[in-house]
Amino acid sequence: MEIFKQTNFDFLGKKWPFIIASLVLTAAGFASLGIKGGPRYGIDFRGGAIMDVKFAGPPPDARIRSALSRNIKGDITVQNVGGASSEVLIGTELRSDQELAAARSAMTQTLETTFIPPQDRGKLDFNNSGAQALADRLRDPLLRNGVALSDEQLQDLVGRMVTYRDHDQSGLLTGFDQLSGVRGANSQVIATLKQECTLAPFTVKRVEVVGPKVGGELRWQAVKATLYALAGMLVYIAFRFEWIYGAAAVIAVFHDTLITIGLFSLLNKEISLTVIAALLTLVGYSMNDTIVVFDRIRENLKIIRREKLDVLINRSINQTLSRTILTSGLTFLTVLALFLFGGEVLHGFALALVIGIIIGTYSSIFIASPILVFWQDLMEQRKKPSSVGPPPAVQAARRGR
Amino acid sequence: MTKGVRTRAIIILGILLLVVYGIIGFPRNQEELLANLQKNIHLGLDLKGGSHLVLQVQVQDAAKAEADRTIETLKDDMRKRNIDYASIDRNDPSTVEQTDSIQINIHGVPAAKTNDLRDLATGSFSSWTLTPINSSDYRLNMKPSEMISLKKDTVTRSIQTIENRINGLGLTEPTIQQRGRAEADYEILVQLPGVDDPARVKQIMQAAALLELSEVKDGPFTSEDQALAKHGGVLPLNTKLIKMAPRGGEQSESWFLVSRTPVITGRDLRSAKPSRDQMNKWETAFTLNKDGARRFARYTEANVGNRLAIVLDNRIMSAPVIKSRIEDSGVIEGMSGQQEASDLALVLNAGSLPAGIVYEEERTVGPSLGADSIREGLTAGAAGLLAVIIAMLVYYKKAGINAVLALVLNALILMAALSYFDAVLTLPGIAGVILTIGMAVDSNVLIFERIREELRAGKGVVAAVETGFSKAFLTIIDTHVTTIVSCAFLFMFGTGPVKGFAVTLVIGLVANVFTAVFVSRTMFDWSLNRQRQVTSLSI
Repeated sequence: MEIFKQTNFDFLGKKWPFIIASLVLTAAGFASLGIKGGPRYGIDFRGGAIMDVKFAGPPPDARIRSALSRNIKGDITVQNVGGASSEVLIGTELRSDQELAAARSAMTQTLETTFIPPQDRGKLDFNNSGAQALADRLRDPLLRNGVALSDEQLQDLVGRMVTYRDHDQSGLLTGFDQLSGVRGANSQVIATLKQECTLAPFTVKRVEVVGPKVGGELRWQAVKATLYALAGMLVYIAFRFEWIYGAAAVIAVFHDTLITIGLFSLLNKEISLTVIAALLTLVGYSMNDTIVVFDRIRENLKIIRREKLDVLINRSINQTLSRTILTSGLTFLTVLALFLFGGEVLHGFALALVIGIIIGTYSSIFIASPILVFWQDLMEQRKKPSSVGPPPAVQAARRGR
Repeated sequence: MTKGVRTRAIIILGILLLVVYGIIGFPRNQEELLANLQKNIHLGLDLKGGSHLVLQVQVQDAAKAEADRTIETLKDDMRKRNIDYASIDRNDPSTVEQTDSIQINIHGVPAAKTNDLRDLATGSFSSWTLTPINSSDYRLNMKPSEMISLKKDTVTRSIQTIENRINGLGLTEPTIQQRGRAEADYEILVQLPGVDDPARVKQIMQAAALLELSEVKDGPFTSEDQALAKHGGVLPLNTKLIKMAPRGGEQSESWFLVSRTPVITGRDLRSAKPSRDQMNKWETAFTLNKDGARRFARYTEANVGNRLAIVLDNRIMSAPVIKSRIEDSGVIEGMSGQQEASDLALVLNAGSLPAGIVYEEERTVGPSLGADSIREGLTAGAAGLLAVIIAMLVYYKKAGINAVLALVLNALILMAALSYFDAVLTLPGIAGVILTIGMAVDSNVLIFERIREELRAGKGVVAAVETGFSKAFLTIIDTHVTTIVSCAFLFMFGTGPVKGFAVTLVIGLVANVFTAVFVSRTMFDWSLNRQRQVTSLSI
């Protein structure tokens, strides 16, 4: 099966609409960044505390907010995760490590006192406990209730119950009778659980507390690492091809990153450490795409020396077109699967890649390649009087080999 | 040609065996297979759940304590040598960055004693340098080399203490290590897989647990002012005022004037354990080591009828009257429950921290989120991979099988390499895997498109495969080396997650050059060799 046999699209002739679209997107992104005062950083980079709490029913946002604002100094945000879900993100942005630590423990305590009924305070909260704590709590009462288990058997039983809770019920039980399907959890065990434990209507899924100093450092380090990586690629491509190729490739990749960050700002999405990983992936992907096209241009320059550069580039893009479409399409499929099925944690990551792959593919054709032509035109205009001999790119390519 | 193919096939088979062994070992049944898989593929805390904590040792505390100790001995020595002084104090650096600025100021030394002071300083206080400020005032600064070793020592001791405390909790597979540069960052990274109650663990790690049993000189007073008023506004030499820890329900404050030099400190403890008193209230009981017991016995014998303050982290827990000689044991009262009593016993047994610690970062992923992430990640990965495999088979027919096999081998090599290097697979690492798969698909597509082009140009099958591979090879090398170069920089300058991405990607790319070029080529040659006359290629 083949989609493209031999195409002959005039890509460079149609470059302007795309370049203008790129400029518009970049400008819109910058405008959004300007209005919002920079990207919306996640906790990782900004410093603060967040707690991801899942509730058994619709989360009582207002109640959480009022209870928390009584106990924590500073702003509290309570935000539903993804529309109709039962999860909330509780967040605060405080400016010192001590305050953050205090806010974090206040969050846990407030949740406990607000949602666990007073008569159950002394009991162990099954939904927010680990296997070790449960085993310790149940050991003696089980014995008293006539369930004799060796320590190993007890660990196994508790392990199965916790696994059932985490894997089958997403971490949240609403009644101890749900455990009756677990092997070994007979009626005495469940009765003991009812007597010793309580079920809070929530479970803490994730906590992140990042001090403002660490946040600033992480941000700077990520930017620094990326810039050095770009510089490294520029040098390598300049060495293998010619410096303008390196510059063009880096400009194209930079363009992709800027647009993605701009779109994140427009969509009001957070830039977190995982999104940075996605941006690095997109840099790698887009660079790969650009080099494949450049490689073909270099190869064609060796064969057809008298051709005009824009015609030659057009031919090269056409020759690699079926590869570009196929690779991009397949990678896009993978990333789309990640976006659709990857869940909450991977959402920002997958979104950055979905955007990045589209932009990364077209930037090789409509940004990186035109830069080569622009550069050659510029050089020719400069030495107009004596424009004899092969174009500079050809000489360079020969030098490069 | 046939022989070459066979050698290559053997190499590939050997690597395949090595890879499979690296991932699953030699399992005898399904349970063992799963167990080996779990043992070999280390998932990061972001995927399997657990707590990642970064804490900073407040090294300035250690510098201040060292300065305080120096001031005490300096005062003694100056008195012995008849060097008069008006006062000696130190500055108060409040952040780790200010630690180096620690200084001791000596005021009002008579000019005639300058040489005596200089002799004393060079003789007995060699870790400090003495600088005259004017005719009567001097300054002591800690020597840079001493400062560095003090900081290093503080961080090392903190790590040991925290390690002891965490081991006391009996958590599984904890990681406690220094992060960054010892002489500039003072950071400790603590990773606790699947921890039950991170808030409690944090508290236990942070507790200073500085226990002192000191002589009560005077008291109780109802306020700081009352105590000062009684002593004419100045505290007697070598004493300090400490507040009593509030007990449940009690509103009034009480303060005691206690000796600055404790009779017994936490270092004299042999062990501590939770217990209950006659009223069934929780307390922490401790026993002293030989040396401590001897001193304690001598002291209590001589001070029957006096009060003794039990001071924990600069708060008086109780101030009982000594009724008789006590040999080697004591209790700390006022615990709210069993957990507090046993946590205190744990930290006392583990030793005190040489300096305060501050939490700079906490990332806790609950076990259910970890399970969700793995499940969703696997679903997404499987769906994506399936789509790629179907597309390759439909588009490239038989040659597609080559590509799919190469792709699978690539993924296996990547997993095995992670297992052999004991590397940890995290979320950013998965990003690296995705880019690897993307580039692996791309390599195959590049090669196949090239072969098709050559076929279209009228070349024979064998020649087309030959040229297709060699031309695509150049492109593949360029794209891969560029990305590896960028990974090298990411690794050098990036932090944890960025590094994880870079490592996974580099392994994946190296594996891909092998699978896409060497393995795929061998499979082509092998299938071409089996046919007598090659006239067509399914691509």
